[in-house]
Amino acid sequence: MADKVLMKGNEAIAEAAIKAGCRHYFGYPITPQTEVAAYMAKRMPKIGGTFLQAESEIAAINMVYGVASAGLRVMTSSSSPGISLKGEGISYLAGADLPALVVNVQRGGPGLGGIQPSQSDYFQSTRGGGHGDYHMIVLAPSSVQEMAELTVKAFELADKYRMTSMVLADGTMGQMMEPVDLNFDVAPAPEKPWATTGTEMKRKHNIVNSLSLVPEELEKLNIARFERYELVKKNETMYEEYMMDDADIAIAAFGIAARVSKNAVNEARKRGIKAGLIRPITLWPFPDAPFKKAATHVKQIISVELNMGQMIEDVRLASECKVPVTLCNRVGGMIPSPEQVLDAIVKASK
Amino acid sequence: MKRITMILGHYGSGKTNIAVNLAAAYRKERERVAIADLDIVNPYFRTKDSMDFLQERGIRLIVSDYANTNLDIPALPQDMYAVTDDKGLTCVLDIGGDDRGALVLGRLRPGILEENDYENLLVINRFRPLTADAASTVEVMREIELASGIPFTGIINNSNLGAETTAEDVLSSLSYAKEVSKLASLPIRMTTVKEDVAKQLIGKVDGLFPLTLQPNFIEKKIQ
Repeated sequence: MADKVLMKGNEAIAEAAIKAGCRHYFGYPITPQTEVAAYMAKRMPKIGGTFLQAESEIAAINMVYGVASAGLRVMTSSSSPGISLKGEGISYLAGADLPALVVNVQRGGPGLGGIQPSQSDYFQSTRGGGHGDYHMIVLAPSSVQEMAELTVKAFELADKYRMTSMVLADGTMGQMMEPVDLNFDVAPAPEKPWATTGTEMKRKHNIVNSLSLVPEELEKLNIARFERYELVKKNETMYEEYMMDDADIAIAAFGIAARVSKNAVNEARKRGIKAGLIRPITLWPFPDAPFKKAATHVKQIISVELNMGQMIEDVRLASECKVPVTLCNRVGGMIPSPEQVLDAIVKASK
Repeated sequence: MKRITMILGHYGSGKTNIAVNLAAAYRKERERVAIADLDIVNPYFRTKDSMDFLQERGIRLIVSDYANTNLDIPALPQDMYAVTDDKGLTCVLDIGGDDRGALVLGRLRPGILEENDYENLLVINRFRPLTADAASTVEVMREIELASGIPFTGIINNSNLGAETTAEDVLSSLSYAKEVSKLASLPIRMTTVKEDVAKQLIGKVDGLFPLTLQPNFIEKKIQ
């Protein structure tokens, strides 16, 4: 392979997962993520892996549960309606403290919605999605290169904290083609002494389960899980700041919205308006620190989203409502234009 | 020039851009030119994105009524048989990716083979991960050929890294294209390169064909 290859975002996720040692993929086709499955179908048989198109999304996520229990790196991918179907299984993964990767290449909703890009599963992803008290680690790439790198990161974090990670992309990230450099290092997967790999009559058998009928014990499990979440918040929050040092206006945006917003920030700077961008890379844990800092020197934060205003709630909490936070959005599969974001910046600067 | 030119290849090899540009080139020599968008694999990027470019040049677009409507169904255009029935029409066929996309040619195959006035071109790109070497490219080629039932007649070397493509990238792909040509026993019909880079390669590459790139709806927003 050449130093750089030209890949679709969906293909980059698949190849990066293979690079991370994932040899089990279970899925069900849905636009705009189908290339993840198509790519895995071609590659897995050649490297001794398993590609299985399950009979449904629900079956696929439960196959993920099985392989994760055996301690192997495993993934599934889908788009919004399919992720809702996987919700129960994701909750079970959380309840059993199993590391796995779920990829959501979002499309417009609710319901069957459309096939064009959207970011309207922000709440679903960052709050958990299924039933019960839990979180996933949610990573939001904004280039095809990041689709690859954050997929590897998602596996590493999942193993490190025994959590399910989600790569939250959207139709543009999945479908767009950009050069990718896949020559980056991947740390080997850690030992998993808890996995159900067979005792060989040498140890007590391991149990992987999300059922816990004694309330005192279930309470303890929940509290211990949330103590682990605090560690993730402390150690793993990621974000990018762009031209924020002297900014008067801050944009908050992730994924494709951040790509569009960066253009708008550059254009605003050309016009003498000091705009900057804060791009959360982890959506959970949410990066509070840059927004708290921004609130000390900007006069407004504009949250640019492909939804009716979801991340804006976290931006308000993080900035402690010290400055106005406004919304600049398109929905239903539409993407805000750089001009629309620039207009919002100009308006805020007056 | 043959009456029918089919453009096939791996996902994302650049088929639609090439088909649109070829149709524009043919239109300079022929009065009645059509481009048929028969991609039923990926509903995201369509020839219809280039509607203005085609209309300005008086090129007929044969495309499903559902293209670009976000309706995620694999529908074929009702007037697709114009390709084989209208013998005065010069046609460029933009076919969907891989063997799955090529299946669509089954319907037109009898007419195309009987008339026998066609070019069937395989688009290759060494910077795509699943066609990064000659052997894997020919493997994809055989799968496509099996699905379409129409033998390839030539190769288009469209090796590129998107917007970042340099003249060196193109030059580095020439030996790969030659190797594919040898393995597949097919001639290299042209090397397609985006306009600005093509200027630097005049006299250095045989069969150089500059492409006016047709940005899709995503590229229009972020570049």
